[in-house]
Amino acid sequence: MGIPYSYIVRNLWVRKITTLLTAGGMALVVFVFAAVLMLSEGLKKTLVATGSPENVVIIRRSAETEVQSSVYRDQASLVASIPEIANGPGGARMVSREVLVLMVLPKRGTGSPSNVTIRGLSEMGPALRPQVRLVEGRMFRPGTSEIIAGTKIAEGFQGAGLGETIKLGIQEWKVVGLFDAGKTGFASEIWGDADQMMQAFRRDSYSSVIFRLSDPGSFARVKERLEDDRRLTVEAEREPQFYARQSELMANFLNVLGTILSTIFSIGAIIGAMITMYAAVANRTAEIGTLRALGFRRHDILTAFLAESLLLSLLGGALGLVMASFMQAFTVSTMNWQTFAELAFSFTMNAGVVVQGLLFALIMGLAGGFLPAVRAARLDIVDALRAS
Amino acid sequence: MTAVVEIEHLSKAYQRGGQVVPVLQDITLTLQTGDFVALMGPSGSGKSTLLNLIAGIDAPDSGLLRVAGVDITGLRESELAQWRAEHVGFIFQFYNLMPVLTAYENVELPLTLTHLSRRQRCEHARLALDLVNLSDRADHYPSQLSGGQQQRVAIARALVTDPTIIVADEPTGDLDRVSAREILDLLESLNDSLRRTIIMVTHDQAAAECAHIVRHLEKGVLTDKIEYPRERAQA
Ligand SMILES: Nc1ncnc2c1ncn2[C@@H]1O[C@H](COP(=O)(O)OP(=O)(O)OP(=O)(O)O)[C@@H](O)[C@H]1O
Ligand SMILES: [Mg+2]
Repeated sequence: MGIPYSYIVRNLWVRKITTLLTAGGMALVVFVFAAVLMLSEGLKKTLVATGSPENVVIIRRSAETEVQSSVYRDQASLVASIPEIANGPGGARMVSREVLVLMVLPKRGTGSPSNVTIRGLSEMGPALRPQVRLVEGRMFRPGTSEIIAGTKIAEGFQGAGLGETIKLGIQEWKVVGLFDAGKTGFASEIWGDADQMMQAFRRDSYSSVIFRLSDPGSFARVKERLEDDRRLTVEAEREPQFYARQSELMANFLNVLGTILSTIFSIGAIIGAMITMYAAVANRTAEIGTLRALGFRRHDILTAFLAESLLLSLLGGALGLVMASFMQAFTVSTMNWQTFAELAFSFTMNAGVVVQGLLFALIMGLAGGFLPAVRAARLDIVDALRAS
Repeated sequence: MTAVVEIEHLSKAYQRGGQVVPVLQDITLTLQTGDFVALMGPSGSGKSTLLNLIAGIDAPDSGLLRVAGVDITGLRESELAQWRAEHVGFIFQFYNLMPVLTAYENVELPLTLTHLSRRQRCEHARLALDLVNLSDRADHYPSQLSGGQQQRVAIARALVTDPTIIVADEPTGDLDRVSAREILDLLESLNDSLRRTIIMVTHDQAAAECAHIVRHLEKGVLTDKIEYPRERAQA
């Protein structure tokens, strides 16, 4: 048994101000670190939530996104004819040929331009996305120039509000409904009839075909058959994977950015912890000598001072995470780099962020506490006792 | 009677600015179990150094040093720490209690280095506090105690592990007359009724009179030895 835990804890407690200031410094770093992780976590969650596991997305092989993909009409018909596609209410096959276009639209108020994703869907398209709910107005009618918009888009862009008209391509469109897509990527889209969209944007191919499997277990078989078909040059992916892949680049970038930023900031916090711990060793030199005389080993002293520093950093880490958890109230709107469309998502805290944040704090505590603890452990007993 | 401290031809010097300054020279000394020895001498004569050597917190340059039957010059650092925990009780001039621990916790502290269970540790610590008459102050922190009370807590801490020797470096040096008297009475009774072996460095004549052997150090050399008869009746 080493030096009692109460000795370590109370030494932090008796110098409350120093402890709080030092932990506060670490808290700020952990806050930055956690906030960036939460951002990338939120992005991932939003994009992954966009998909349903029983849905399959077909795009042109080697096209990373729907925007870059084109699927010709005859190819789309071939895909839509496979027997594994589920039948929806009324016996209609649950498949949607879709076209995706990016448009620069002026924002309300400032008029500054920003990208919006315009999606043309077949009649079955909305039914494939049960997570998208119409909250106002009605659904667009197939074959007309009616559109519906995500509530965030309606609020944010000129002409996208309910009852307003907006020019997309060479056509004027009327907004007849607003939808809420929760925290999915669809929330930042405008939807209309696929064939009308193709005319308006003078396109003769679809971007993607989306369908629901009657048996989700048949995915591997369907994927293999479609990808091997010479007439098609497409790839098939389950919808959640499809969207998760799109978030990877950005999420990775955010993680790298966060780690670099926090590492730079952490140098300050580590030096702070080091100063605090060196002061603790200097102030308690006689105590250290006494502990050694009583029979505690160098090793026990080292452990006690390291534990004190780690505890301090854990306190800082917890503080930083509490601060970061308030960030969950905020929604961030940013460009999705792979689709270049505006995407809204929230800071998301989860167990992974908590664990990484605390680990980061502990590493700071270890880095700051190590040298002071070594100094404490190396003190000569007689010299240390003279310090009183 | 068994020898508890055996010292032969012990020497120790310090390096100071490239110059070797002898602190202890050819010390030969034997102490028996139950002895109460006072070490006296002018400042800088090496009293504390000798005490530290006996207590195993400092190392000699040459000579034989057997304490509690162990040649402690041959022990490794961690073995020596273990040996101290088992055999030595320390009393310091400035008490050296842990300020963040209560009186009770301070007394219990050295017991955490033993194999005693929590219950046994509690029993021993309470008993030791009782012995120095501070049971009612068990939950007080050192800052809430007078100097004399703090030194009594330190004495309880020194005897709680039932050590082979108790070393005290000017235990009354920081106390007023009345408190000093209390401490000396306590040490006397520890030696007398509990047969503790005590080695005490002191400048105080009154303190030295509690001991029954007084040794003088003069510039690192042991000079005369005075033995006072134990006037206390032996049972
Ligand atoms: N670490 C050290 N380095 C150099 N010299 C030292 C060291 N420790 C002690 N000395 C010297 O050794 C001599 C003896 O010191 P010591 O502390 O044993 O004396 P002392 O008899 O206890 O004196 P006092 O009554 O003042 O406590 C002194 O001259 C002191 O300066
Ligand atoms: Mg001295």
